[in-house]
Amino acid sequence: MLTSADFATLLLTFKVASLATIFMLLFGTPLAWWLARTRSKWRGLINTIVALPLVLPPTVLGFYLLILLGKNGVIGEFTTWLGIGTLPFTFAGLVVASVLYSMPFVVQPLQTAFLSIGNQPLEAAATLRASPIDTFFSVVIPQAKSGFLTATILGFAHTVGEFGVVLMVGGNIPDKTRVVSVQIYNHVEALEYSQAHWLAGGLLAFSFTVLLILYTVLKTTPHVK
Amino acid sequence: MKYQLSKWITARFKLNYGDFELSVNLRLPNSGITVLFGHSGSGKTTLLRCIAGLEQAQHGYLEINGSVWQDSDVGIFLPTHKRPLGYVFQESNLFSHLTVSENLNYGLKRIKASSDTPKFNHILDLLGIRHLLDRMPERLSGGEKQRVAIARALVLNPCCLLMDEPLASLDPKRKQEILPFLSRLNQELNIPVLYVTHSHQEVAQLADYLVVLEAGKVQASGLLAETLSRLDLPLSQDREATTVWNVTIVEHETEFHLTRVAFEGGSLSLPAIEAKIGTPLRVQIYARDVSIVLEVPRATSILNVLPATIMDIVDGESGQSIVRLKVGNQPLLAHITRKSAVILNLKIGKEVFVQIKGMSILN
Repeated sequence: MLTSADFATLLLTFKVASLATIFMLLFGTPLAWWLARTRSKWRGLINTIVALPLVLPPTVLGFYLLILLGKNGVIGEFTTWLGIGTLPFTFAGLVVASVLYSMPFVVQPLQTAFLSIGNQPLEAAATLRASPIDTFFSVVIPQAKSGFLTATILGFAHTVGEFGVVLMVGGNIPDKTRVVSVQIYNHVEALEYSQAHWLAGGLLAFSFTVLLILYTVLKTTPHVK
Repeated sequence: MKYQLSKWITARFKLNYGDFELSVNLRLPNSGITVLFGHSGSGKTTLLRCIAGLEQAQHGYLEINGSVWQDSDVGIFLPTHKRPLGYVFQESNLFSHLTVSENLNYGLKRIKASSDTPKFNHILDLLGIRHLLDRMPERLSGGEKQRVAIARALVLNPCCLLMDEPLASLDPKRKQEILPFLSRLNQELNIPVLYVTHSHQEVAQLADYLVVLEAGKVQASGLLAETLSRLDLPLSQDREATTVWNVTIVEHETEFHLTRVAFEGGSLSLPAIEAKIGTPLRVQIYARDVSIVLEVPRATSILNVLPATIMDIVDGESGQSIVRLKVGNQPLLAHITRKSAVILNLKIGKEVFVQIKGMSILN
């Protein structure tokens, strides 16, 4: 059965994934909106950068983050100057790394949803006295509801499932950075297979359920009302 | 039609899209229904979008009822949501996530107005949409959607209503269902309308003032009757060429099933119309239904024979002559064969008689 240490990793995983998802939605929504609407020549480049974590080995991303966030990195110097200290091997560092790593899973469904709304409802809103910001909240967000749901689920689930970035940036510190995927690794290393089974099986069931919901419930009824 | 001095739209736009250029300089009455007419690609929709601010012309000046909405020389461009206008799109463009009632209230909320007013209720009844309030847009027919879209624009009490081919996506039956609403709108609510269409029928039925656009330029702009009868425009050459007269009912001849209507400088007999004496009507006369005679025929089955003066005459396609006449104060077009024009020796200024074989009543 699960030990209290296992439960602690589960709780930590849930906290990291929830916080990361909130930040991804906060930053990813304007980014996806910009990518969906802009005619700027920078669009291709930004799209590429956002999509990079999809193809990069997590260790590569983790490695560069470690350097950037570390004492001598640009961001590390900045956070030290702010008095926060450096981020690697902290809970905050783990959240930052997760946000970057899972961002494409939030930005891409949002971008698709925004594109499918098209120009017409926005123009109609403008002729009905709604400012662009007002239109975003009263027309775009409600009409992109299923896109937001997909983005939230995928972003959360993908953060739960990460391993390489966590290990590089967060390390393996109980109650601070030790998440489920790392704990499974620890169990296997210690030849505690039955413990590993419980956690691994739990993650498998979680991921399966989440994807099943995505591909059945959400896809068959895109206009939930 | 009388125009108030301050109710004018001044619109000057220059805009380039690849190989299309819109270049217009217009002064339009902001009262009654002004139709922007042209083929696809003539720039009529782009012009309407420029007026709404949905398109920003590189060079533009737009003034409505004395307030300037755009002046590119001094960098003024009022964004669409700050322009007090109404816009009806070709596709109704209702918000799919809102009910009909929420759609109608969307704009009202933003101008902090209530929907609990006699005017709001009047518009619901005028457009016959009261029973649809709780429906989602996807459960409406095309005609119903378009009526809701018109109401949604009207309830904001706009200074003018811009309509971009609002009937183009509807089948002929639905068109006939909405057309009467449109002419009533203008009369009952007194909101000026700018109406884009490529349909001759809608021009004849709705327009008070007509602007003809071709390849991004204004070909003609003027009162309907005058513009329709201008011989330098392709409109007068078309097989569907017509003149439209505004007339008033003066007498019912019940024994013959006829109604007599008067216009400036004469009167006509029409098949009986069930309406009170004094009712204004719009009568459309096709140029192909008008023939010319030199003397009053002593015996003819045609009732409407009127004295007329020939104002202009040009050669049309395939042996046709197009004649512009004046009957009383009304312009009239006639399509006759060139042979007849020669035999009758028709010349500008000649006094003749016209026989009108048929007319249609538009409202």
